[in-house]
Amino acid sequence: MEALKQELKKNIIEQINLEDMTVEDIANEDLLFGGGLGLDSIDALELIVMLDKNYGIRLTDPKEGRAIFESINTMAAYVAEHRTK
Amino acid sequence: MNQPYYIKSSCSIKNSQVSLNGSIVFKNETDSFSEFIKAAYKQQNTNYPKFFKMDNLSKLAFLTADILLKNENLNPEETNDIAMVFSNKASSLDTDRKHQDSIQNKENYYPSPAIFVYTLPNICIGEISIKYKLYSENSFFIFNGFNASHLCSYTKSLISSNKATQVLCGWVEFDDEDNYEAFIYLVAKEGTIKHSEEDILTLYNS
Repeated sequence: MEALKQELKKNIIEQINLEDMTVEDIANEDLLFGGGLGLDSIDALELIVMLDKNYGIRLTDPKEGRAIFESINTMAAYVAEHRTK
Repeated sequence: MNQPYYIKSSCSIKNSQVSLNGSIVFKNETDSFSEFIKAAYKQQNTNYPKFFKMDNLSKLAFLTADILLKNENLNPEETNDIAMVFSNKASSLDTDRKHQDSIQNKENYYPSPAIFVYTLPNICIGEISIKYKLYSENSFFIFNGFNASHLCSYTKSLISSNKATQVLCGWVEFDDEDNYEAFIYLVAKEGTIKHSEEDILTLYNS
């Protein structure tokens, strides 16, 4: 699970172009939205695409994203349970 | 009687260098556009993290406008009555190509929302408007080449009809890493350089 969390952090930094931010700058429990990362609604859509592309997870209801994308911990738990690739 | 207007200041980014009011403020010839614009951003202490999420056209337009407007010492907490009239030839073609690439293969069909939102050229005007709280008129025209005549007459019309007290206008072109150019100037009722088609062309070609 720890490896998946590190992978998610790396993917988020790359996908969302978080310049000058490293994996070490994101704590597992940090709020991804409304926190220090400064993510916006377009970033949320990018994360939905990333789940589909990298892990074969299709979120049919965007409202689900609110809980899933709360933190790296919640994302990793969801990906571990639902991934198809 | 036509009231005279003036070009208060100008900024250009082309050939791997940034010039403000005719003086080179940054030069870096060895890097790609991506590396060059990032280095210019850092050297100018821009400190605007959203910059890195922008497409190439918006990075080019935003940084050129930002360097010029920072020099105007505007109050960032106040709304500024500055209209924007931009133009180019390639529209948002660089980003359009990237979006096309992401949807080309039906077996690997993952359009990126962050790319798609930049598939219009006037989005770069929005990026500048957000930072400088510009709620006034704005337009983005597509021309075959730099059209000083149109920019000049349109700008005069905006100021004389009280649509704005100043107009930020110019040419912001990004076709690919080797074909980019930005020239932006600020027109107002006071200044030193006459706002005429001839003077605009002289500045553009300098």
